Amino acid sequence: MFPTMTAEKPISLKPQVPLREPSAATDDVQRAIKLETRHLDFYYGNNQALHDISLQIPERSVTAFIGPSGCGKSTFLRTLNRMNDIIEGTRHTGDVLLEGTDIFDPRVDVVALRKRVGMVFQKSTPFPKSIFDNIAYGPRVAGLKDLSRLTEIVESSLKRAALWDEVKDRMRDSAMALSGGQQQRLCIARALATEPDVLLMDEPASALDPASTTRVEDLIFDLKSNYTIVIVTHNMQQAARVSDRTAFFYQGHLVEVGPTQELFTRPKEKQTEDYITGRFG
Amino acid sequence: MQQVLFLCAGLSIVTMAGIVFVLLNESVYSVLGDQAFFQEIPLWKFLTGTRWHWDSGEFGVWPLLTSTLQVALIGGLVSVPLGLCSAIYLSEYATPRTRRVIKPTLELLAGVPTVVYGYFALMFVTPYVLRPLFGLVGLEVGTFNGLAAGIVVGIMITPLVASLSEDAIRSVPQSLREAAYALGSTRFDVSVRVVVPAAFSGIVAACLLAISRAIGETMAVVIAGGQNTPGGGLAINPLREVFTMTSYIVNVSSSDVEAGSMEYKSLYAVGLTLFVITLLMNIVSQWVMRRFREAYQ
Repeated sequence: MFPTMTAEKPISLKPQVPLREPSAATDDVQRAIKLETRHLDFYYGNNQALHDISLQIPERSVTAFIGPSGCGKSTFLRTLNRMNDIIEGTRHTGDVLLEGTDIFDPRVDVVALRKRVGMVFQKSTPFPKSIFDNIAYGPRVAGLKDLSRLTEIVESSLKRAALWDEVKDRMRDSAMALSGGQQQRLCIARALATEPDVLLMDEPASALDPASTTRVEDLIFDLKSNYTIVIVTHNMQQAARVSDRTAFFYQGHLVEVGPTQELFTRPKEKQTEDYITGRFG
Repeated sequence: MQQVLFLCAGLSIVTMAGIVFVLLNESVYSVLGDQAFFQEIPLWKFLTGTRWHWDSGEFGVWPLLTSTLQVALIGGLVSVPLGLCSAIYLSEYATPRTRRVIKPTLELLAGVPTVVYGYFALMFVTPYVLRPLFGLVGLEVGTFNGLAAGIVVGIMITPLVASLSEDAIRSVPQSLREAAYALGSTRFDVSVRVVVPAAFSGIVAACLLAISRAIGETMAVVIAGGQNTPGGGLAINPLREVFTMTSYIVNVSSSDVEAGSMEYKSLYAVGLTLFVITLLMNIVSQWVMRRFREAYQ
């Protein structure tokens, strides 16, 4: 799996004092930092997309990234599992640390990293295979061949993604035949099947109808007790509903980050306030 | 202007219809009252006969058919793996710069006159590759043989397989590749487990189209394959000579056969057979395209 290394850069835990009882909607409880970026700059060719982003993402909670289109929130999300590596001509400076380990370290295996940091995309992307083969894809590329073990993983992943009851009788049918909302939950199940610690979600509900959106949001809420979830969203109500912490991005800068309730009720920055009150974006 | 364009489009259809008419007229039923080919030789004898001896009036199509199928099969065995691997390399592995060099080079291969391939098979592949190779196991290779012809036909249609498969592979949405990478796939996993299956219909259609091109290929097989089958029977051994349908048509057309004779009419019967086979292959490839195409949003 992921190579453990001697911590050249010790993990700093952000000193957080619990202000009140931890509740489902806020996250003031002290949690270990799962992911951290330090002074991250990112470039597409000569075009700088991210400027000096330093951010900490606590484990087993939901962190939402909000901001207008083109603000860099998706680009930032994609650096967290090195998805931008596959785009020609991109580069970065600064560090991205997963539990204190720099994910850009040459000794880090990017394939193993992406198994640990799963991702769900805006557009559902079922493979043109059966439902079973879609979910079993990740474990299979990891080398698992045992059919009974695969069957177990497929079932538990589909259950965790709240899709099992709808598809259990048609595991051999093509995943392309599912509805849009089902396809998106299939993609979530598929990401869960690789047993990641972190789940990155890039506007996972933006192409879904309200009922499917609610199901996906409920799912995110259920999953956070076991996973560290980072979600990019256009929809501020969604960020407010599902996340514990929210980060506001604007023009490639991280403007403000804090507990979701605080950020939406008492933003510290003028830009944040303008955005969440709908003055732009 | 519309009429002019209509005429242009119509002209090719009329030509096509004319060709089909002539083929049918000479082989199935002659409107001028002459005896057409199949009126003298029953269709079932033509389709089931295993000897092609016009001196003795034996017109069984299987010697020609097995020759053609043998060459096409060997051509397919060479071109499909080669072309598919090239397509995967070009689309999934090559940097844009490498691609800019390799793709036109590969397409240049398609521009080499087929006569040149024929001579390449006869003068190089048979004497310097096949003879030494099969000599090791004590097998004799004929001067003209189906294997050499099939190999060069395979090389000839490789660019076609590569180019059409690459189009199919590139049309697989990037989002599918990203999804696969995000699940911890290597580049090889992405290519083999996701991209190729997603482009499967296009790849199969590309291969069928290339093989139907191999079936219709003439010059290379005339030069390298030979002008007869062993003893006028079936072409089974790829190290012996073959007599493909196209070779037969060249052979008879270039010798002085009398118009109206059986050899003359047999040209049309063989031509019609060839036409039906390539037509069927094209229909199947179209069907595969439609039937197995995945709809991506």
